Amino acid sequence: MNAKKLSKLSELGSGERGRVRAIELTGMARRRLLDFGFVPDTEIEVAFRSPMGDPTSYRIKDSMIALRREESDCIVVERI
Amino acid sequence: MATALAERLKATEERGDLFQIKWSGSRREPVIALAGNPNTGKSTVFNALTGLHQHTGNWPGKTVKRMDGRLELGGQRYRVVDLPGTYSLLSTSSDEEIARNFILFGKPDVTVVVADSTSLERNLNLTLQIMQITPNVILCCNLIDEAERKSVTVHKQMLEQDLGIPVVVTAARTGRGLDDLKTAVEAMARGTITPKPLAAHYPVELREPIEKIVGLLKSVYPDLPNAPWLALRLLDGDQGIRRALESGRLMEQLMENGAPLLPRSAETPSANPALQQILHTADELSEQTRNVLHDKFVESLFHDAHRIAQRSVSRKSAMSLWEGSLDRFLTSRIFGLPAMLLLLACVFFLTIEGANIPSQMIAAGLFAVEDALDGFFTTLQAPWWLTGFLVHGVYRGLAWVVSVMLPPMAIFFPIFTFLEDFGYLPRVAFNMDRLFKWSGAHGKQALSMGMGFGCNAAGVISTRIIDSPRERLIAILTNNFVPCNGRWPTLIMLASLFVAAAFPAGVASVAAASTVVGVTLFGVLVTLLVSRFLSTKTSLKGESSFFQIELPPYRRPQFLRIVYTSLIDRTLLVLWRAVVMAAPAGGLCWILANTYVGQQSIFARLSGFLHPIGYAIGLDGVILLAYIIAIPANEIIVPTIIMGYMAAGQMTELDSDVELKTLFVQNGWSVLTAVCLMFFSLLHYPCSTTTMTIWKETRSVKWTVVSNLMPLALAVAVCFAIAQTVRWLGWG
Repeated sequence: MNAKKLSKLSELGSGERGRVRAIELTGMARRRLLDFGFVPDTEIEVAFRSPMGDPTSYRIKDSMIALRREESDCIVVERI
Repeated sequence: MATALAERLKATEERGDLFQIKWSGSRREPVIALAGNPNTGKSTVFNALTGLHQHTGNWPGKTVKRMDGRLELGGQRYRVVDLPGTYSLLSTSSDEEIARNFILFGKPDVTVVVADSTSLERNLNLTLQIMQITPNVILCCNLIDEAERKSVTVHKQMLEQDLGIPVVVTAARTGRGLDDLKTAVEAMARGTITPKPLAAHYPVELREPIEKIVGLLKSVYPDLPNAPWLALRLLDGDQGIRRALESGRLMEQLMENGAPLLPRSAETPSANPALQQILHTADELSEQTRNVLHDKFVESLFHDAHRIAQRSVSRKSAMSLWEGSLDRFLTSRIFGLPAMLLLLACVFFLTIEGANIPSQMIAAGLFAVEDALDGFFTTLQAPWWLTGFLVHGVYRGLAWVVSVMLPPMAIFFPIFTFLEDFGYLPRVAFNMDRLFKWSGAHGKQALSMGMGFGCNAAGVISTRIIDSPRERLIAILTNNFVPCNGRWPTLIMLASLFVAAAFPAGVASVAAASTVVGVTLFGVLVTLLVSRFLSTKTSLKGESSFFQIELPPYRRPQFLRIVYTSLIDRTLLVLWRAVVMAAPAGGLCWILANTYVGQQSIFARLSGFLHPIGYAIGLDGVILLAYIIAIPANEIIVPTIIMGYMAAGQMTELDSDVELKTLFVQNGWSVLTAVCLMFFSLLHYPCSTTTMTIWKETRSVKWTVVSNLMPLALAVAVCFAIAQTVRWLGWG
């Protein structure tokens, strides 16, 4: 698994970028993420965190989407 | 050409009323639907097309219900329908269902997809989905001015070629490109251009199941226009589509002539063997595809979107620098929350300071009219009770409400709309989400709560943006804990009379504003605590669900639109409601105060009866009675209290704050009374309009009752605790 340096999206720091590899969520939460464009191969950049550390805002497909930690924990990315 | 149009018009007329698609008025007009992602300026396009010929109680930033407007092109009138903004049509949330059903069953003659040119790729996802339902789509790449500032170029011809539909490039706020849009709409409605939309690329895994179901559907309905899309919905287990198909109404709606090919029977919907066969096959096949269907389909859509955007969009740099800096400041660890509080305090300060003089002027004007009315009635030799009831009861109640409410609303609502337009409100939700997560609620509750500052009924409606029913109910039940417009005048007056009085004149306004901010923060705290209580100790128990929110780019607010929407759609709407409620309440007050049983008026008897309870919670009998009379509208609390104290027995305008305070003090008020009244006003039950709205939104007697009794119990408990403690300490 480490060969491709896979990590959770939540482990990326501000300004770091990754490419979506998998989403380990089901149901509505998964559907919503897909609708926002969190599909495999999509590039994501960590933009900024909220004052209390969570949620975090991500830049994806030229828009800003904020996610809670529970979700970013379930998004597997490959660091770029 | 004319015949084609006539035929279309006839077809439009024959369409049915399925799925809440209610046509009011004439249906002879061709229909244009506006769809699109949220935050793409769709409402601006709508307003630009219809010239603001729409007046609904809709709250900007969120099209909570469908809006209708009119457009005239080349002598033909069109009906324009603004659909809720959605990212997709696949996730079956209520918004998406409204949009989806309208495009599918309402069969608009033209569907305009409004897209954000700065993030076209994501917007193409929805465009491609809509193109599978209807071929008559125009893509409107809006916000092109913003895109140009970010060095993004959209190649229109390339997009048209790849998508097979007309594409127009607009900046709706400046009017740029709107003529092109109108030309394209007219041409498509008249049938002079025939779009050839890009055929959907279904993922390999889904091709066979889709083909099977399409085959079955086509064998029964050979002319079905969007069979592959329907097949996909059936495979995805879409219950709405399933039910419509079972009852036979789906086809009736979809086929041009409106006549069902199969006998329709409401009692035994599944009796038809051909339909049974289709549904059965779909069920069987969906067993195999269930886990991959949604993923694969969305992936293929984004794959297409990416490919198309690669060819037709070129950019130099994606993000503007000031935007990034502003966001880092407004959401930063150190400044994020203080900045939010400061903004809130400024809004209150401006409202309090700014409303003062206009309030007095309006009051002076309206009470001059009252004197004139009084004189007029005397000239007519009207009986004293008629003059009393109409002039001193009904009219005076109205005058109070208008003069007290109109100025603060006319200041507060535009400021609120300004922040909304600018894009700050989603950042508030982003900043506060951590707290709402702690309370087990949804981060978007911060938005419905913010709306509650204006009007709790509107706040309750705006909870529709929360998908999870549990979290939505929590947001509904707690919305009342932030003060609405009807309650501010009470809070502001008490803060000015009893708290600010302790400070030197120069800082009195600041002290009053700080007190109101303090009370508001207490309301937010109660909101969080009650939400947490509801989600840990009651039947609403549950984990906080996920939170996904788009933080749209900051935009220069449009002043004209702000003034228009906030004054027409918000201020006047809320004011009208208050007026309707205040008129009968004013009349009732007058009757109670002027009908005598024995030596005392009914009003005096009732307030005497309530006094012991009122005293125990730091208030008195008159205040409690005022709260009962003022259930319809919070705005008339203070006027009713004053009326109760005045021997005159009718609502009275007092000339100055000093006289008002003297009146209160003479009736036994202390700082304790003022403080308890502020807390009671903050926490007590919602007004009747909000209660009605809660019932409409929940359709549950139980939760409507809870939404009233819970705050009342809390208000009594808090005021009781404060009053008893203060008296025990010997301060009261």
